[in-house]
Amino acid sequence: MHATPHVTGYLSEHFGDDAFVTLEGYRARGGYEAARRALTALSPADVIELVTASGLQGRGGAGFSTGQKWGFMPRGGERPKVLVCNADESEPGSFKDRLLMERGPHQLLEGILIGAWATGAERTFLYIRGEYAHATAVLELAIREARSAGILGDRVLGTGFRHDVVLVRGAGAYICGEETGLLESLEGKKGQPRRKPPYPAESGAFGMPTTVNNVETFCHVPEIVRRGAERFRRVGTEQSPGTTLFGVSGHIARPGLFELPLGTRLDTLIHEHAGGVPGGKRLKGVIPGGVSMPILPADQLDVPLANESLRERGTSLGTGGVMVMDEDTCMVRVACVISWFFRDESCGQCTQCREGTGWIHQICARLERGEGRREDLDILLEVAGKMEGATICAFADAAAWPIQGLLRHFRADFEAHLGSEGRGAGGRGRCPFPHSFEL
Amino acid sequence: MVESAPLAASRTVSGEVRARIEREMARYPQRRGALLAALRWVQDERGWVSPEATTEVAEIFGLHPLEVIEVISFYNMLHDRPVGRHEVHVCTSLACSLRGARGLLRALEAHVGVRSGETSADGRITLGHEECLGACSGAPMLRIGPTYHENLDVAKAKALLDGLE
Repeated sequence: MHATPHVTGYLSEHFGDDAFVTLEGYRARGGYEAARRALTALSPADVIELVTASGLQGRGGAGFSTGQKWGFMPRGGERPKVLVCNADESEPGSFKDRLLMERGPHQLLEGILIGAWATGAERTFLYIRGEYAHATAVLELAIREARSAGILGDRVLGTGFRHDVVLVRGAGAYICGEETGLLESLEGKKGQPRRKPPYPAESGAFGMPTTVNNVETFCHVPEIVRRGAERFRRVGTEQSPGTTLFGVSGHIARPGLFELPLGTRLDTLIHEHAGGVPGGKRLKGVIPGGVSMPILPADQLDVPLANESLRERGTSLGTGGVMVMDEDTCMVRVACVISWFFRDESCGQCTQCREGTGWIHQICARLERGEGRREDLDILLEVAGKMEGATICAFADAAAWPIQGLLRHFRADFEAHLGSEGRGAGGRGRCPFPHSFEL
Repeated sequence: MVESAPLAASRTVSGEVRARIEREMARYPQRRGALLAALRWVQDERGWVSPEATTEVAEIFGLHPLEVIEVISFYNMLHDRPVGRHEVHVCTSLACSLRGARGLLRALEAHVGVRSGETSADGRITLGHEECLGACSGAPMLRIGPTYHENLDVAKAKALLDGLE
């Protein structure tokens, strides 16, 4: 296991240090001093202003301003408010949140406490995916430690602020990472996303005003309180400040986590930090942010890894899960793997998504088998186009975009599967990429 | 099939788990919030959530059994039929597939003598595949119950399975 990132920054510098996992070790390294400062020296409005000024963007995929999101919560009022920590990390290619929880549970709890103070939440539901058993055990212990030390409970850090964290385990469903799917699951239901409005800040978990933030997002907050917005903005880009944890996987010499400033170039990450493609092979394509995000071909690796620049290339940073593919990779197989996932995980609520994900997978699979037809390529694009923006949540977009990206940059791979007469050659053995990964 | 189990007659769900469920309910603004946890504990006792257990859980929560059934069927980790003593899931996400996960799954299918999703005849192993287990830098990998095993090859994975009782 690669518990220690190959490159570290303030988020991950203590990941190799077992003591950092304990309350004592965390405190010895300055832990909970930022929370103490926020609760005793800053008003909730001050904290929101500070986090907004830092430019921190949510690290769960959408990249929305965290400070602004907190500002959407109603001030004062009688209704109890809640915070939700989205620890349902399930995007294929993403594994940073698991390590953040396993190696720095108190850093997460401190970020949550500061967020709770800012939004006036009395309770945080920390919703963690069911498969993350070890992270769950680590967090259970950390929450117990924090309660007995008076860091959580009726008088947080000796102040009049009350807060508790309730750990909730999911049971295996990708869609519960979508914030309103998560809220449904939290209420003990199927995780089918809700129509918006109402937005969670108005009516979220159990009908209460709710803010949902990703694990990594919370983990940045103590640093911002500790060292100020200006210092936080010193790395990263103007629009995307700070560092992030890139997770690199696939055909790469040094797979693992890399904490680097946002705006680091993709080729720098892949070649300088992650050692490039092994076996002397050439790179064919890279997915920059989990399977939902469209692929980039080898000639576009000069792009800075920040949402604003990736969007110009028709993709996005997503969750920072960077998947590298070598020259032998069959992109029709990649499409099969990705489309199978989305077909399997569609919650089934919206017709465009339920049917569209199935059609896309069937077409990709028959192309791969060499049974495709020339018109299939256009049908793929048509189905993907009709799914985009047509459903309750962004899952259908996430299923459509990677297919569009693969066809945009690697149409030749799909054509090659059709054979010279525009009809599939038939038979698995005819995939024109004999050294590609097994399907 | 879910109508024939009067609560008092057959107590599939133990008193201990019932008490635990009651305590869990108090942590949520609405009792139903504890449903996923309740189903997991019930499953931990017997390996699956039987129709009788489903009815009992529905009664505990004041829900119709169908409302519980639809929750069980929605989540991959909840089982409405018995599974093997060991649940083995190979991660077949793209990150793992690029590093041979699907070949590994095929090899394990042949080794155990089942297709993915099936249980071996001796009830020892249920073999399956999942996406994504969030261990992409250790691909290919699998989990046996809650425990992750990373950086595998076919030989290492077979040895792991052979070591299961």
